[in-house]
Amino acid sequence: MKILTRAILLTSALALAACSSPDRFRGDEVNLGGAGGSGSASDPTSPLYFQETVGDRVLFAVDQSNLSYEAQSTLDGQAQWLMANADYNAIIEGHADEQGTREYNLALGARRANAVQEYLVQQGVAASRLKVVSYGKERPIEICSQEACYAKNRRAVTVISADYNS
Amino acid sequence: MMKQVLTLLSAILFLVSPGLIQAAPLRIEITEGVIEPLPYAVPDFVPENAAAAQVARDIARVVAEDLTGTGLFREIPASAHISKVTSFSSPVQFADWKAINAQALITGAVSLQSGGRLVVKFRVYDVFAGQELGNGLQFAGTQDGWRRMAHKVADAVYSRITGEGGYFDSRVVYVAEAGAKDDRKKRIAIMDYDGANVQYLTDSTSIVLAPRFSPTGDRILYTSYETGFPRIYVLDVASVGRRMLQDQPGTMSFAPRFSPDGRTVVYSLTQDGNTDLYTMDVASGRSQRLTSAPSIETAPSYSPDGSRIVFESDRSGTQQLYIMSASGGEPTRISFGQGRYGTPVWSPRGDLVAFTKQHKGRFHIGVMRTDGSEERLLTASFLDEGPSWAPNGRVIMFTRETQGAAGTASLYTVDITGRNLKRVKTMGGASDPAWSPLQD
Repeated sequence: MKILTRAILLTSALALAACSSPDRFRGDEVNLGGAGGSGSASDPTSPLYFQETVGDRVLFAVDQSNLSYEAQSTLDGQAQWLMANADYNAIIEGHADEQGTREYNLALGARRANAVQEYLVQQGVAASRLKVVSYGKERPIEICSQEACYAKNRRAVTVISADYNS
Repeated sequence: MMKQVLTLLSAILFLVSPGLIQAAPLRIEITEGVIEPLPYAVPDFVPENAAAAQVARDIARVVAEDLTGTGLFREIPASAHISKVTSFSSPVQFADWKAINAQALITGAVSLQSGGRLVVKFRVYDVFAGQELGNGLQFAGTQDGWRRMAHKVADAVYSRITGEGGYFDSRVVYVAEAGAKDDRKKRIAIMDYDGANVQYLTDSTSIVLAPRFSPTGDRILYTSYETGFPRIYVLDVASVGRRMLQDQPGTMSFAPRFSPDGRTVVYSLTQDGNTDLYTMDVASGRSQRLTSAPSIETAPSYSPDGSRIVFESDRSGTQQLYIMSASGGEPTRISFGQGRYGTPVWSPRGDLVAFTKQHKGRFHIGVMRTDGSEERLLTASFLDEGPSWAPNGRVIMFTRETQGAAGTASLYTVDITGRNLKRVKTMGGASDPAWSPLQD
């Protein structure tokens, strides 16, 4: 995982404040905060713009991995951004809500991440720029045990990374 | 009062005829669903030298905790004892133990010798028959192993009275959890079956999941996100040294379990979003694909003879349980009830499969025969999952998670009859238990 160790996860102070950083736990990633390399939200080439304006995540129905019309629309924007900003790579993180067994949810999260990857590749993003991983139910962003929270946890998040040595 | 007690006792001994009172061998039939726990006494073990005074008391207490903890036995407290046992070799005053209705009496003696060598002797008596049950036994070890010696005594008592193998001298590997639900820290930890002697085997820098013992308990398989992606690791318990079993870029691997001979690992591998079952030869690292379906195949577990694998698949549209040959081939579906079935685990006795069931928003731990018949749900809660068998196949440990923002995970045990649901004492949260075989 050489790329990962060199990669820097670009996030913003805003996002840090908004949620409790479920997707940023790997020790080899450096959280730059808002002032660093993630750029300004008004700069359309910045990962922050990708996260906030393009939209970094799509949501899924219970036990499903098919992409809704709304999800496809978000992913169209992601594909355009990725093709316009070829210096960046992405890791697609698939997640499930807590209503399910651990192993099944890992596999379900992988289906969701893969659905996003396939869609982005169909739109023209080079497959070599995308990695997928599933966290199953290990990293919820919302912690209530109700559908309002579950709906936000059944997600695939496209996390932009930059390989500074390439 | 006495008559009532006797009626209850006979109910234990003769489940078919609860009114009958007669002398009978001291025996609990676990499978018959015991109505009332069997009363027993375990006076403090006799210290054979002054240095052994404390540990002699402590050992008797752990024996009592083990036996009473099964729900099959009820201890008669020392305050009710008429006789004092001051010598291991003196004749037992059976009348005194009958008078307080102790069905079984356990006596013992402990000596602590120079160099910290601890010797524990014990005898079990069938009080109403007025005779010893089996022969006296002696265990020796180091002083710091006193809890294990107590567990061995309790295993022998349990075994003589129930006719089943014991399970007290065993360990549990699990995931120790800390922190909020959306920032949970996880570590692999190992402890005695009763929660004592906790040792942490990994730190919490990476997510770790679902540790599993090797058949001899010397190694542990688990899944870690150390590389950023789920990968299977094997850890040596004695040295705490570990290595990744396989690093195949672009894939995820998880849900590993050893074969009964400890040479092969069966696991799930996900590639291009599809999860299938594979085996790997631990020594050579060579892997073999067992299933090739577009559905999710995961949570595999070997039969005790190693010839078959039970696993879950959603090939029918929902999670269900299947059995196939250990070399792959066409699987046979065994779960047909309502709801979803996952995480099947083959009993060490070979007769049952334990599983997690989801139905109408509730989770259950259940057991069924290996042909899918006689399904029995043992628990119900917001979230129960991940059963693991005690070495004797009579008790199941699992994870129970409470709901809501403050939800935490704990370990519970339950008998295969559905009786005696108990929380296992752990420091902080705990999940994904795996029971070791009985120790040597």
